[in-house]
Amino acid sequence: MAEVVDARGLSCPGPVIKTKAAIEALTSGEIVVLVDEETARENVLRLARSFGCMVDVIEEGGEFKLTISKNEGQK
Amino acid sequence: MISVDLFKISGECGCAAKVPADMLSCILQDVELPDSPALLIGPQSMDDAGIYQISDNKCLVQTVDYFPPVARDPFIYGQIAAANSLSDIYAMGGEPLTSLAIVCFPAKDLGPEILKAIISGAISKLKEAGVVLLGGHSIVDSQPKFGLAVTGIVNPRKILDNAHAKLGDALILTKPLGTGITIMAARAGLADRKHEDELNRCMSTLNADASLMARKYGATSCTDITGFGFIGHAYQMAKASGVSLDIYFDSIPRFPDVLDFAAMGLLSSATYSNRRYVNGMVEFNANVDLAAQDLLFDPQTSGGLLISCPEDRLDEMMDSAKRNLSTPCKVVGNVLGKADKHIIRVKRA
Repeated sequence: MAEVVDARGLSCPGPVIKTKAAIEALTSGEIVVLVDEETARENVLRLARSFGCMVDVIEEGGEFKLTISKNEGQK
Repeated sequence: MISVDLFKISGECGCAAKVPADMLSCILQDVELPDSPALLIGPQSMDDAGIYQISDNKCLVQTVDYFPPVARDPFIYGQIAAANSLSDIYAMGGEPLTSLAIVCFPAKDLGPEILKAIISGAISKLKEAGVVLLGGHSIVDSQPKFGLAVTGIVNPRKILDNAHAKLGDALILTKPLGTGITIMAARAGLADRKHEDELNRCMSTLNADASLMARKYGATSCTDITGFGFIGHAYQMAKASGVSLDIYFDSIPRFPDVLDFAAMGLLSSATYSNRRYVNGMVEFNANVDLAAQDLLFDPQTSGGLLISCPEDRLDEMMDSAKRNLSTPCKVVGNVLGKADKHIIRVKRA
C-alpha cells in the first residue's frame, strides 16, 4: 500500500517539504501526494524528478494526485 | 533582540504575493485611466514609477510597494521592504524625498515590539537614503505586511525610463538573482545561515549607488528587477524600447545553490504566472534547463537594476561598479534590433 502524503491546503513550501521527507524515507516503491493547487503540483513534480523518480499526475475535481515511483538505488 | 521567526507565519512571501502580471496587464488595458498633459509616465507604460511634471525642470516620481515577510527577523524585514520601495525611484533616475508607511499587522497575535522592529528597520534605510517618513496607515490583518509609498523628484530631461534601450547597448545587472527561491528554501529549512545572510545583505542594499552610476555613464534605459522576475522586467524594457535582447545565462550573478533549490521545486506561484506573462516571447536555447528557466522567472524582492549601457561607456560603467557597488554586478546581455517573434533569447554555453 503506497504511503499517502496529503498536502492539500498547505501553502508553499509545505507540499515540497512533506514530499521530500517521504521520498527520502522510502527505499523503493510508491508515494501518492495529494495537492489542490497547480503551483504545488508543479513544485512536487520538479522535486520528484530531481530525485530521479517517475511521476504520474491525475486531476480529480480540481485536485491533483501525483504517484511518485522510486527505484532502489535512487537517492 | 526580538525573538520571533516571521517565516513561521504562513502564506505567500514578498513579491511572490503580487497579483499575476497577466491579470494586471489585462485589467489596465480594459479601464479608462484619467489623463493629463503633465502625466509623463503612467500605469500603461509598465515602468517602475509614475512621473508627473510640475515645472519646467521638475517632475514628481511616485511608487508604492508592500508585502508579507521576506526575512525571519522583523528589523531586517523592515530594512528590505524600505530598500525595495525606494528602488523604483532610483530605477527612474529620481531622488527619493518622502515616504508613507503601509502597515498590516495581526495586533492581537503579535506583540507591538515586533511592529516596532519592522518600522525601525525601515527607518534605518530611510535615514541612509536621506528620506523622511511623513506618516502612514495601518490595519489589522491576519498576516503582517509592510512597505512604503515613496515620492521623489527628477529632472524631466534626466528621466531613466525603460523605453530607450538602443541597438548595441550592453545589459548590466547590479545584484544577484534568486531571492524568491532562496527565501522559499529558507522557509523550507533548507538554506543555511550563509545563504540567508548574503540574501538579506543584497536585498537590504539600496539601489542608490547603482542609479547614480547609471546616470553618470549615460545609461539609455533602466529598470529594477522585482516581482515580475528578470525575464518579466527585461521583457517590459525590450517591448517599450522596440528592441530584442540576447541574454547570457551564465553571466547572470546568482545566489549560491539557487539552481539546486529551483530543481527541488522551491518556487512561488508568481514564478509560474511570470512565465505565462511572456508566453511565446522568449526563446531558450537547449542548454537552458528547467531550473535555469525558473530562476529567470523567479520573482525578486529588492532586486538589482537592469541597465542598458551604450557600448562606448561600458568600460567606465563596469569600472565604477567594481569600485562603488557592494553587490555583484555583471554584463548579462546585449540589445539587438526589433524582433518579430522572440523578444528575448536566452543562451547558455
